[in-house]
Amino acid sequence: MVITLVVEVKDLVKNFGPIKAVNGASFNVNEGEIFGLIGPNAAGKTTILRIVSTLLRINSGSVNVFGYDVAEEADRVRRLISYLPEDAGAYKNLTGRAYLNFIARFFGRGGETKKIVERGLEIADLGERIDDKVDTYSKGMIRRLLVGRALMIEPKLAILDEPTAGLDVTNAREIREIIKKFAKRGTTVLLSSHNMLEVEFLCERIALINEGEIVEEGNAPGLKSKYQAENLEEVFTKVVS
Amino acid sequence: MSDLGNIIKKEVRELLTPATIIPVVAMAIVFGGMGHMIGGITEEAKEKPIIGIIDAENSPLSEIVTGVLNEQAKVVFFSPDSADISEGLERVEEEGGAALLIVPPDFSESIYENHPGEIRIHWIMKGAGVMDSIHSQTVDVLVQVVNQEISKKLVEEGSSIDPEIAVNPIAKSETTIFKGREIEGLSPGAISGMLSSQSVVLPMIMMLIIIITGSTVITSMGMEKENKTLETLLTLPVKRNYIVLGKIVGSAIVGLVMAAIYMVGFGYYMQSFQAAEINLADFGLALGPQDYLLIGLSVFVALLAGLSLCMFLGTFAKDFKSAQTLILPVTLLTLIPMFMIMFKDFDTLPAVLKIALFAIPFSHPMMAMRALMVDDYLLVLSGIAYVAIFAAVIVAVVAWVFRSDRLLTGRIKTRRGRRLRGFLGKMGR
Repeated sequence: MVITLVVEVKDLVKNFGPIKAVNGASFNVNEGEIFGLIGPNAAGKTTILRIVSTLLRINSGSVNVFGYDVAEEADRVRRLISYLPEDAGAYKNLTGRAYLNFIARFFGRGGETKKIVERGLEIADLGERIDDKVDTYSKGMIRRLLVGRALMIEPKLAILDEPTAGLDVTNAREIREIIKKFAKRGTTVLLSSHNMLEVEFLCERIALINEGEIVEEGNAPGLKSKYQAENLEEVFTKVVS
Repeated sequence: MSDLGNIIKKEVRELLTPATIIPVVAMAIVFGGMGHMIGGITEEAKEKPIIGIIDAENSPLSEIVTGVLNEQAKVVFFSPDSADISEGLERVEEEGGAALLIVPPDFSESIYENHPGEIRIHWIMKGAGVMDSIHSQTVDVLVQVVNQEISKKLVEEGSSIDPEIAVNPIAKSETTIFKGREIEGLSPGAISGMLSSQSVVLPMIMMLIIIITGSTVITSMGMEKENKTLETLLTLPVKRNYIVLGKIVGSAIVGLVMAAIYMVGFGYYMQSFQAAEINLADFGLALGPQDYLLIGLSVFVALLAGLSLCMFLGTFAKDFKSAQTLILPVTLLTLIPMFMIMFKDFDTLPAVLKIALFAIPFSHPMMAMRALMVDDYLLVLSGIAYVAIFAAVIVAVVAWVFRSDRLLTGRIKTRRGRRLRGFLGKMGR
């Protein structure tokens, strides 16, 4: 079986002035898998996701998405990805439906747009509230709308930064289910989290990141066995110490 | 430290930030500058006005006229020959004077025959700003003094003149030379009043439009950053230039709608002048359709320049609050030309202020109407060209910022860029 590389990160370095946000990170994400970047705050997770999403330029190394260089062929990459930033919002004066329509129009025309929006409505599952202004939504509702927005276009690669951060147990669980469902339909998912339990539940493979470096990579059972740990939190502690 | 002291200290620290101090300091500087400018004009007003006199009669009454004027004004030209008008005007203009006053040969005769004695005044009007006609107002006061002195003389003589003429023995016949035009029957004050009324409102409207639409753009950028909708937008398959243009054009449409609403009010304001006794169109000071087109173009490019500048400033906004503060530089750039144009004409400003006024893109639509009324197409067309280039450069810079990751990181690699970033960053805090 031929494994298609969806994301290929090699020796990635990203500096913000004197601060090394990413320091020689390398990892691959295969087609159809849910890959998790886990690490503490300021480890470099968001920076890597922003680079893969074509938002930030790199200092050295290379990042390819489906073989396209994110710096040189950003336009091609953007047609294949969907990015969900951490703590993102939506346009407050639009209704949920209008927001989905606005995004869908970048990906399709006429009937196609309608289909995309219908998918978004189904994922967001906001009922009648979808026609209310975003300004009136709770945090959980906004996150559902944004997950709907990110996945409704059925991207080849979904990049999700802390998809359930700040959500209550019920909302977080529902969003995890949605992500799993979409991965089964063929969307590759690259996500970040500092919630080790979430990553263990969602991801087929994970990379542990600390101070801008990938310090360990593998699947959750394999890592737990390697470090004789009960959970990923313990694995992480052992790896960084 | 007491609890109260602790709370006060915290409040002062929270409130006394660059974002609160800089606007106050900037406004103080603007008003200080304005005060200095007005102070200079007041000093100028205290100086004797420069005039020329032609006394074609040489009578006891005309000697009162020349006597008062010689005492109260600086006379740079004197002639007894009424044919020397051109020479006199030339000399007065060379000396930067305000008027040439002519006492005609029948001045006394007319008064003693119970008709007002006519003093012909050829005004030299250099600009249409409120402060530009200050010397002509001084000369007007001198003519009133002459009126009183002649009235006194007539009463002393005990002549049998009509009391009404004895009280007001002088009549003025005015011709104003303004930007190469001879406007008969109007004083510089009247012309300045008419032109200023029109060119004060337009600058104010421009100022409001730029600030309102500019604020919309900057706030929109701040909100996009705060809500992280900008991050989403930048990862969509849409050209960055379209995002920049979309924001600018969207705000320009909002701005033009607002302008249209203001212009309705402005139209009514203008109509009130048409009903007045003086119609500037009769004196060749009207605007044709091509002039309105040029004004529209000037407003459009200035709006584009303003919005692109705001867009650039908006890239420094971190959130809604910081965006509010970043509108300040644009506010100052609209306030400065607005006040300058209200008080002085472009032509009568010192060279340094002329350069400053021309360099500020928002000055041009504010000056356009007044300039077009006197057919100063060079100023208007060069202004439109300059502002269009200014807008294009800023749009290119904004597009460059949008293509780089500076929009999200706020990093500018050059030393100057870092300084600018630091300054604007502090303003945003």
